[in-house]
Amino acid sequence: MLIIGSNTTEQHPVFGTMIRQAVMHRGVKLVVADPRKIDITEFATLHLQLRPGTDIPLVNGLMNIILEKGWEDRDFILNRTEGFDEVRQTLEHYTPEHVAQLTGIPLEKLYEAAEILATNKPMAVMWAMGITQHIVGVNNVMDLANLQMMLGNLGVPGGGVNPLRGQNNVQGACDMGGLPNVYSGYQNVTLDASREKFEAAWGAQLSQTVGMTVTEMIPGIEEDKIHALYVLGEDPIVSDPNSSHIRKCMEECDLVILQEIFPSETSPYADILLPGASFAEKSGTFTNTERRVQMVHQAISPPGEARPDWWIIAEIARRVLAQGARQVQPAPYSGWEYENTSQIMDEVAALTPSYAGVSHARLERDPAGLHWPVKDAEHPGTPILHVGQFTRGKGHFMPVEHVPPAELPDEAYPMLLNTGRVLYHWHGGEMTRRSAGLLEIYSHAKIEINPEDARMLGLNGKRRVRVSSRRGSIEAHAWITDRVPTGMIFSNFHFPESSANELTIAALDPVAKIPEYKICAVRVEALD
Amino acid sequence: MITLKIDGKTVEVPENTTVLRAAEAAGITIPTLCDHPDLTPYGGCRLCVVEVKGYRLPMASCALPVSQDMEVITENPALAEARRGILELLLSDYYDQGYEDGLGGSNELLHWAEHYHIDLEQAMAKQPRYRVDSDPNPFVWVDMNKCILCTRCIRACADVQGRFVWSLAARGAHTQVVAGAGTTMLDARCESCGACVAYCPTGALNNKMSLHLGAADRKVTTTCTYCGVGCQLELNVKDDKVIRVTSNSDAAVNGMRLCVKGRYGYDFIHHPDRLTQPQVRKYLLDGTPRPPGRGEWVTVDWDTALDLTAAKLSACRDIYGSNSLGILCSAKCLNEENYLFNKFARQVIGTNNIDHCARL
Repeated sequence: MLIIGSNTTEQHPVFGTMIRQAVMHRGVKLVVADPRKIDITEFATLHLQLRPGTDIPLVNGLMNIILEKGWEDRDFILNRTEGFDEVRQTLEHYTPEHVAQLTGIPLEKLYEAAEILATNKPMAVMWAMGITQHIVGVNNVMDLANLQMMLGNLGVPGGGVNPLRGQNNVQGACDMGGLPNVYSGYQNVTLDASREKFEAAWGAQLSQTVGMTVTEMIPGIEEDKIHALYVLGEDPIVSDPNSSHIRKCMEECDLVILQEIFPSETSPYADILLPGASFAEKSGTFTNTERRVQMVHQAISPPGEARPDWWIIAEIARRVLAQGARQVQPAPYSGWEYENTSQIMDEVAALTPSYAGVSHARLERDPAGLHWPVKDAEHPGTPILHVGQFTRGKGHFMPVEHVPPAELPDEAYPMLLNTGRVLYHWHGGEMTRRSAGLLEIYSHAKIEINPEDARMLGLNGKRRVRVSSRRGSIEAHAWITDRVPTGMIFSNFHFPESSANELTIAALDPVAKIPEYKICAVRVEALD
Repeated sequence: MITLKIDGKTVEVPENTTVLRAAEAAGITIPTLCDHPDLTPYGGCRLCVVEVKGYRLPMASCALPVSQDMEVITENPALAEARRGILELLLSDYYDQGYEDGLGGSNELLHWAEHYHIDLEQAMAKQPRYRVDSDPNPFVWVDMNKCILCTRCIRACADVQGRFVWSLAARGAHTQVVAGAGTTMLDARCESCGACVAYCPTGALNNKMSLHLGAADRKVTTTCTYCGVGCQLELNVKDDKVIRVTSNSDAAVNGMRLCVKGRYGYDFIHHPDRLTQPQVRKYLLDGTPRPPGRGEWVTVDWDTALDLTAAKLSACRDIYGSNSLGILCSAKCLNEENYLFNKFARQVIGTNNIDHCARL
């Protein structure tokens, strides 16, 4: 098993415990590639402590060794894939010696890792934001897919490319068309066939152009492209890169409607605040990182006048349509009269091939849930993708070259900042900072700093630090620990008063528009 | 497969099954305290003793693998007497301070004591040996006066969580369960997942947040709101409030496992900061230009808030065009809600400017 760019035991704790058990009880060989000595490295057969932003050299280097040793799965490459020769050419200049130099990983560890990963079958690759939150996020993922195709580890139980999705329903939000380029079930808005299908279903003319991502929308306010934002359960001031720029944009926005369960760092910039319901107060479905659709059951009533978000959006939709400026014709799914979320799921199923067989009634009968694609009411679901064939037919190898991060340390900002979350808090901290016990255990932001760097700065475990980047500055407690290597610090964004996103850079991956949260340059000073 | 007879009933189970599990499969309950199907068998409490034909002494069924044509008796007067003796011994070190622990005055130990008609008053220890609430962990209540040394907590921490916080210290009558080398749980690298609490059969380890809150009216199984693993958990509800979260072996994704946030990070639901009324800025109601900093909030009813929202959104669309609006849906909300936001952006507003925090 290869874990790369995932702090599994802190970010997906229950899955992390399963990996620990797999190592202890089943003797699974685990390679962890991470710049930090995260907890799961204690259970690793091998820890590859790579320099941040050198994932592509590492993976290319491992593939170079695999080819050198003849460990590749020739049958799989021949029968199931295309484009292998181009990748082989690219890999030629990622010699183990060169890769050792780029990544900082000793040569013998590279060989050892390649052997573990190539000779234990099947082998699964797991990653999270440590792979994707880079300007080369897409290429990082492509390269891991290259590795798994080369080893024939796709479409088999215990193998695969396994991104660990962060939020409880980030998978579902993507599946449901919460993206600028696709309707539900990843039906592309630029394809005439899908657009016409939804135009017929919803009775309205639909836009043919891909919309903006969140990382484009908010800066788009400054450029007069965006005049109104309607935000559901999200806190962009805390969760988006370069907070001070986000604040400036939000301040300028003509209309901000915020639908939330708590006042947040973003609510001072809102014009209208609508109280939504928490997960305990509504029924419906979430889809987890395994593409498993599961029921959410209402346990209690929402407080005061708070209402489920589906009720609020339907009410607003009806009222906007009644204003009449935009024409909607009668069509099978043009209406907004929903009594419950079960009816909404029926509409999803009718318009979304991968959810065609999903219904609340069926999920109630089988609480284990259903993995999409679920092609019809009898289809059992699809726990493993790419069995026998890839969705596109043959798996396509993509040659991937190393590109250095957007902002590396220099004289003025000599340290590298890596960011992420901790076990006891969640994302912007809106929920966990309101949980007394979690706050008791982890009450304020801590910046991880290597003992050697701490000594140079004159830190003694008591003094706070100021961390500054070209975009902002925060003050926080320092945690002197060899979890981080020298020259690098790690900070979280759970506490608005010392959030890492005041510092982070809004450098985006050109395709996915994901910000490079894992790397930017900072300066650290000791405070009294 | 192995065939054996339990209480005269023919049972067929796979090799290496224990007699206890085989009985369970046949619908026969053998009393036990230290055994749990998720945990490595321990054979510590010996409450599960059974008679096996050809064996001189009663055997602990939790640690005894089945063998072909084995004949097992799970209950008779002699076994009941043996169990009574074991229970009395366990109870002689069990002291209940009498605080309300949310278990409704019962637990697995007391259940079996009652089942075997033991006079609790007489059998229980007369005074405490340990300090109650002896660990500062904010989630786990520790009262070692109720500990019967079954070691389920030790095995849960190791077998389920992989953390090794608990262990046995000292010898003989002084044996006790300790965190680390007698430190606090957190210093022993506890992750506060509560697995030890979930498996404790006596309430020696308990949910600190739920003490004095009584028993739940009902349990509602749902999906956790934190990460993408999608653990199933039970919200224990009393008077329309969540008073406790429990886990259940039946959960397909996680079984009895939960993390600290899933099991204990639920109190945000009832936090006084919750938004309970729609609010709009005063300038919107007055129809005046927006003041710097947007001015003061006014609490309004839903109709006012919804009409105003719709009017402002339509106006923005009509003046600046559909693509001047941005919709951010939420990875914390339901599939059904996200679908409606996608429909809202595309059908009602006419834009593809919809996204959420997948990238962040």
